[in-house]
Amino acid sequence: MNIIVPLRQVPDLVEDLEIDASGKDLDREWLKYKINEFDDHALEEALLLKEDVGGTVTAMALDGDDVDKLLFTAAAKGADKLIKVTGDFPQPLSSHAIARALASAIQGMDYQLILIGVQAVDELDGQVGVLLAHYLGVPHVSVVTGVQVTNGKAVVHKEYAGGVMGEFEVTLPAVLGIQAARQTPRYAPVSRVRMAMRKSTIEEVSASDTAAGGTPEIRKLFKPEKGAGAQMLDGSPEEVAEKIVSILKEKGIV
Amino acid sequence: MSDVLVFAEHLQGNFTDSTFELLGKGRELAAATGDHLVAALLGNGVDDMVHQLGAADKVVAVEHDQLAEFNPEAHTLALKAVVQAVNPAIILIPYTSMGMDLASALSADLDIPLASYVADVRVEDGKLVTVSQMYGGKVNVESEIAGNQKIVSVLAGAFPADAGKKEGSPAVEKLDPPAELSNLRVSFKQLIEPEGGDVDITQQDVLVSIGRGIQSEENIPMVEELAQKLGGAVSASRPIIDNKWLPKSRQVGKSGLKVKPKLYLALGISGAPEHIEGMKDAELIIAINSDPNAPIFEYAHYGVVGDLFDIVPVLKEKLG
Repeated sequence: MNIIVPLRQVPDLVEDLEIDASGKDLDREWLKYKINEFDDHALEEALLLKEDVGGTVTAMALDGDDVDKLLFTAAAKGADKLIKVTGDFPQPLSSHAIARALASAIQGMDYQLILIGVQAVDELDGQVGVLLAHYLGVPHVSVVTGVQVTNGKAVVHKEYAGGVMGEFEVTLPAVLGIQAARQTPRYAPVSRVRMAMRKSTIEEVSASDTAAGGTPEIRKLFKPEKGAGAQMLDGSPEEVAEKIVSILKEKGIV
Repeated sequence: MSDVLVFAEHLQGNFTDSTFELLGKGRELAAATGDHLVAALLGNGVDDMVHQLGAADKVVAVEHDQLAEFNPEAHTLALKAVVQAVNPAIILIPYTSMGMDLASALSADLDIPLASYVADVRVEDGKLVTVSQMYGGKVNVESEIAGNQKIVSVLAGAFPADAGKKEGSPAVEKLDPPAELSNLRVSFKQLIEPEGGDVDITQQDVLVSIGRGIQSEENIPMVEELAQKLGGAVSASRPIIDNKWLPKSRQVGKSGLKVKPKLYLALGISGAPEHIEGMKDAELIIAINSDPNAPIFEYAHYGVVGDLFDIVPVLKEKLG
């Protein structure tokens, strides 16, 4: 079974996010990026499926900063094939544009499953996975936490609120928006990433569809208002703990 | 032609809160544009449900065996048929598990622009303006959607549900189910109820809730002890559950449970919209986080910017 996993980097939310001079985008100059955590789960699930039923895992990403490292890291974790999708993409890159570019690169490839992170923190205009499925004309299920493949079909679990899940049988090829892999995504030590850089090659495929459209027009970015929120408790850990205990006593909790 | 259409989401025979939140907001938008509010109701045997959608002027329903339970493919086809019949200007879809399968699908299939993660939507000088909560709630994006039709995918809990909860008998129009429903590639098999966990976090007076800031599984016992001292239990945000450090039954938020304890002590939880949705109604929220910009501080009653590993041990000591 051939599985394609489109990977993407998103701003690392541990860092402070600043808005640029135009007011319409993040200030990206010093921004630190990391792999979209849901894509990491999608890659893990793909590698586990390959261990179950055999086949190949292809990691794919749109050309951009640090994309080689992203792909080599996927190789270090076990991806068999690395593809960089090149093209003159509309900026800022939207979910619609990413999905169109990926679809035009994937069209004609031999695959049974595309596993992709169910969402990302920067998807202003919808989810890449669902858009991709529709541009490719294949079915999709989002918010998937369990995948089994038997007899050319996937049986998947989709999560709803309250822990209820729907079980679906999906004819392949299909796109699955992965919420969580069966296990914590594996870690690739730096030495293995370096080895992958020496041993693996990145194939370039040019996207034939680099159209924009389908997105809202950004007016401005702004930080949520401060001050309306919490009353802040200051001091040493000792003092803070003291204050918390007295609040809890006052409210009759302890 | 410029109606507002709301996707009426239901699971196990009950409309979700999102449905009423969107109907309430949809009513407001329809008033602003002088048009009708229409609810799209997809299912099998929906007649008994219609009276709950009194906030809508009209219900457009599609009934079919394949729509009895949610099915990403079947519901996309049926909702597409409703959109084509009603031709609405604004389509409101919740940013929930079901809505995530529908909004982007409609956008791609019908070439309608889409704004996602929406926390606010209004009509301003005849234009539709949305505010999306992006980057885990750290940055808001105000946008304008052009075109005759737009899809707005709204975060659960963004608007009050009461505004959309109205009994009534709206006019019902039933559409013929699309022929493709008899030839689907996705088939629904069953609903799986959550396994009864060891602890029902919705019944606890005190929840000590952990997020990414707990760093590793080995640090959880320390928090368990604190929860015990407070007479409560440990709950968690999604990354902890995805990493299998705690069972699914402990998850608070969008794909987990909604909780309303007397005390919600959030440790190392940044407060992404998906998490806030599950705990914002707690009576007392105290948050400890090392990031002063963590969105959780906007929702907590008391906040501490600090290292939970410094504070939790002292707190445990003081609680005896």
